[in-house]
Amino acid sequence: MADTLAGTPDTAPSVPEYPMPRDAGCPLAPPPALTPLRDDQPLGKARIWNGATPWLITRHADQRALLTDPRVSNDDHEPDFPHVNAHRAAIAPFTPKLITNTDAPEHTRLRRSVNGPFLVKRIEAMRPAVQKLVDDLIDDMLAGPDPADLLTALALPLPSLVIAELLGVPYKDHAVFQENSNRVLDSSLSAEEAQASGRALHQYLDTLFHEKLENPDDDVLSEMAGRVKAGEMTHEEAVSMGVAMLIAGHETTATMISLGTLALLLHPDQLALLRESDDPKFVAGAVDELLRYLSIVHSGLRRVAKEDIEIGDQVIRKGDGLLFDLQAANWDPRAFPESERLDLSRPARQHNAFGYGPHQCLGQNLARLELQVVYGTLYKRVPTLSLAAPIEQLAFNHTGTTYGVKCLPVRW
Amino acid sequence: MRVELDEPKCVASGQCVMASPDVFDQRDEDGVAILLEEEPGEELLDDVREAVAICPAAAIRLVEE
Ligand code: HEM
Repeated sequence: MADTLAGTPDTAPSVPEYPMPRDAGCPLAPPPALTPLRDDQPLGKARIWNGATPWLITRHADQRALLTDPRVSNDDHEPDFPHVNAHRAAIAPFTPKLITNTDAPEHTRLRRSVNGPFLVKRIEAMRPAVQKLVDDLIDDMLAGPDPADLLTALALPLPSLVIAELLGVPYKDHAVFQENSNRVLDSSLSAEEAQASGRALHQYLDTLFHEKLENPDDDVLSEMAGRVKAGEMTHEEAVSMGVAMLIAGHETTATMISLGTLALLLHPDQLALLRESDDPKFVAGAVDELLRYLSIVHSGLRRVAKEDIEIGDQVIRKGDGLLFDLQAANWDPRAFPESERLDLSRPARQHNAFGYGPHQCLGQNLARLELQVVYGTLYKRVPTLSLAAPIEQLAFNHTGTTYGVKCLPVRW
Repeated sequence: MRVELDEPKCVASGQCVMASPDVFDQRDEDGVAILLEEEPGEELLDDVREAVAICPAAAIRLVEE
């Protein structure tokens, strides 16, 4: 502890700022200041944008205990809820009850009502369709100019096409759907332009939802239309859920494709294992290890205590905010020995990259499927794939929900 | 060994089905877990342990007699 306090005036409380800066020389590793916090002082506090000092939970075991504790709440209407930024704090009082801001039993009801399409067997049934999309996108990339940006060639279009398929967006509308969903995420556009595309998507899904009410098909919007007719869900909830699935599943999956490829290119021995393996279990394990290693959701899960909670010799008081840093837990050596090594053969399934507890990612089975198909296909089909720019020149996205590269130039 | 499933806690993420498909399935309408085998054989022990460990709702218990 003495080392980490060196240089701080005696009077200043040693509460670190959160989020913390990364080391530019190790762009895939967690911020260096997190490691001593986890290893020496597991239940510390951190200062966020508004000066508040929620608890910072960094150990794997503590995260799992607290994220399944019914006294830990996701109710973002609570006054001391540690919001991600000023915008989220400002809109929270006006946000309707969604799966992302409710607790059991309400959360359980809402979540079960949208869960049908994410059943393991229904996701598995999408594998051939996802394989076809990946094959076609790789064909197009190889037919185009070399080098190319992997983000625009594969990482961004795949998840939006898959979600279009899942929701039941007809093929003729894919181009418009995709363009708008890319614009929502495009950091080179102004906030107004991105919001306009967000509204266009909402309107589009609303119109499509009306059609599905009339002529239901075998897709998520039609399934929600059935629930709306049965009075289990409102029309607006269903359309918002469709938009939420797109937003939650697009950038995250895209980032795992691009940053995952970067991590593999930087670890050629591991990439070779993946390229040479025909074992679906190995590929599935590799996906979980990359999810663990990269832990792309880097802004910390946010919760608030609804009661006093004793943990070790400390007490989290009712009303206190909590922050869960996922990469700190996923690099916790108590859970993952030699955690700083990317090791595709290790058992990594118990990572917290999709969160933990009742809010653990709704789309995780779909995300795993997409990543298994990409990681199991791309490096075999393009064995000469390599970076087309030095790593020092890559621009990383430090703001936003996920940590990734803004562009990934590759050649083959 | 005996497997116990706390159904009201289940968040229907299907992780148990991925880890241990011989012991768990999901209800068609909402994905809530179904216990196929209350007393699975020894050979399934590793899979069930994995299911217990990854269940995000901590809704599965393994009682070893
Ligand atoms: C690799 C890709 C993905 C990653 C790393 C990821 C990560 C996460 C994490 C960490 C959470 C937990 C948030 C919390 O507890 O506060 C979450 C929740 C969620 N994710 Fe994902 N996600 C991914 C893909 C997807 C996809 C493909 C979809 C949908 C199609 C999706 C939909 C959701 C939804 C709706 C929630 C909220 C669940 C709830 O609060 O009950 N995600 N995700």
